[in-house]
Amino acid sequence: MSKRLTAFRAAALALGFGFLYLPIALLVAYSFNASRLVAVWGGWSLHWYGALLDDDKFRDAARNSLEIGIMAASLALVLGTCAGFAIARFIRFRGRFLFSFMVMAPLVVPEVILGLSLLLLFVASQAWLGWPASRGILTVTIAHATFGSCFVAVLVRAQLAGFDRTLEEAALDLGARPFGVLWRVTLPGISPALVSGWLLAFTLSLDDLVVASFVSGPSATTLPMAVYSSVRIGVTPEINALATVFLGVVILLVALAFSLIARQERRRLAAG
Amino acid sequence: MTGFGSWRRWLLIGPPFLWLVVFFLLPLGIVAVISLAQSADTIPPYTPLFVHGPHGFESQASLANYRLIAQGDLRAYVNSLGFAALATVLCLLVGYPIAFAIARAPKAWRNPLLFFVILPFWTSLLIRVYAWIAILQPTGLFNRALRALGLIDAPILLIYNDFSVVLGLVYAYLPFMILPLYGSLSQLDENLVEAAADLGARPARAFLEIVLPLSLPGVAAGALLVFIPAIGEFVIPDLLGGPGTLMVGKVLWQEFFDNVDWPAAAAVAMVLVALLTAPLLLAQRLVERET
Repeated sequence: MSKRLTAFRAAALALGFGFLYLPIALLVAYSFNASRLVAVWGGWSLHWYGALLDDDKFRDAARNSLEIGIMAASLALVLGTCAGFAIARFIRFRGRFLFSFMVMAPLVVPEVILGLSLLLLFVASQAWLGWPASRGILTVTIAHATFGSCFVAVLVRAQLAGFDRTLEEAALDLGARPFGVLWRVTLPGISPALVSGWLLAFTLSLDDLVVASFVSGPSATTLPMAVYSSVRIGVTPEINALATVFLGVVILLVALAFSLIARQERRRLAAG
Repeated sequence: MTGFGSWRRWLLIGPPFLWLVVFFLLPLGIVAVISLAQSADTIPPYTPLFVHGPHGFESQASLANYRLIAQGDLRAYVNSLGFAALATVLCLLVGYPIAFAIARAPKAWRNPLLFFVILPFWTSLLIRVYAWIAILQPTGLFNRALRALGLIDAPILLIYNDFSVVLGLVYAYLPFMILPLYGSLSQLDENLVEAAADLGARPARAFLEIVLPLSLPGVAAGALLVFIPAIGEFVIPDLLGGPGTLMVGKVLWQEFFDNVDWPAAAAVAMVLVALLTAPLLLAQRLVERET
């Protein structure tokens, strides 16, 4: 490989990651800025973190978001694992095309469509069935679990595609029941996909502005909704502090999960 | 062989199938129905499709909302398709060298590099888009840097226009392009490239005739993953676009939240669904071919 090509690849990586991380780095840096003006550096300060802690609006919204995120991710994990397993293992069944289309489409369908359509469903079902009585945490959870489960299904399916089936077949040959094999052999074997699937569904729920804005009611403002309404008024350093905390938590969780997965992989390789 | 009999299979397929029918498919049907209604000062704010008249039930359904869209300003739809297409091409141009470099990096580096490509996707889009405001605004980092370098005298307009919207789209969707590209490029047999070089092909020719054609599945998957959601994007045109930057996602949002015209919003959604049907089916075929 020529030197020029190596330099080209190094430059591509440096520029690419610079582009991806420049805004994030600036955001974090300015959260420690003493000045109220966003673009003027006024020295180091933790002032905006203090202001954030005193802000009831963001605290309540964060609590709502966490509650929704945990419930939606857990629901998505169950539904998505079933769906991913079915698509990976059951090659032919009635409705397979429709099923796999419904699992794939929410991944890319614009959020405004998902949000509007779910809202109209909830309104119609409230008129006809009296359920849900009001819109809020429950409706947002259902909406987030819906697209979350599709992301879980994709991860589960991808991991099952590379999964060695001899263990499962051995267990079946030895007389284990299919659900027992699924529970004791398959699921532990694809645990990295389950961990990252739950986490992905959780962070997607935590991030979602558009769908939540449609399906939530006045009682349940989520964190992105609170951020959006304050960003529309103007850029404030308090949002920088909030964003930094948010980024810190997400990066910590994701790094933790990935290192857990990597350690488990190594152990598996060492055992095999 | 999975050992699962027919009824046991449906214990697994049933719950997600039912869930998606009720919370994905059925809602789209309701959108189609509501798009035929008219807005009204009632709760919910639309007219019923059927009313009980002197001759029994009469239909009030009409295509008025669609007529309004067809006669009105189609710029939002044209813009959305154009911006999404431009963002897709730019993502491909920016993402290809990055994916290529990761695929050719030492083995121990690849997973960490991929991790850092995916990481921004795990953090809030709203926050990342918001971060660009501080960079692009007239008193922002770019303008101040350009002024410090003496390249400009007065701030240039970098934000609240088409440029900032396309930049935001490329920024937000770049990881979706890099990942499938990496998937294709990392499976590419290095021996083929070396054989081409041994036979006297210059690097450019080896790239055009071997690497590029073999990475086309990744190009197609990445293009769809960027293009489809970018068409209906709301947050990016709303925060980075100007009053003149119309995109379908923003039009839908405004019809719903600002005008409280639910049927009009539903009609916009149906037009958007119609625009997306072909690329969605294409994506489905790509996914199915993998299994």
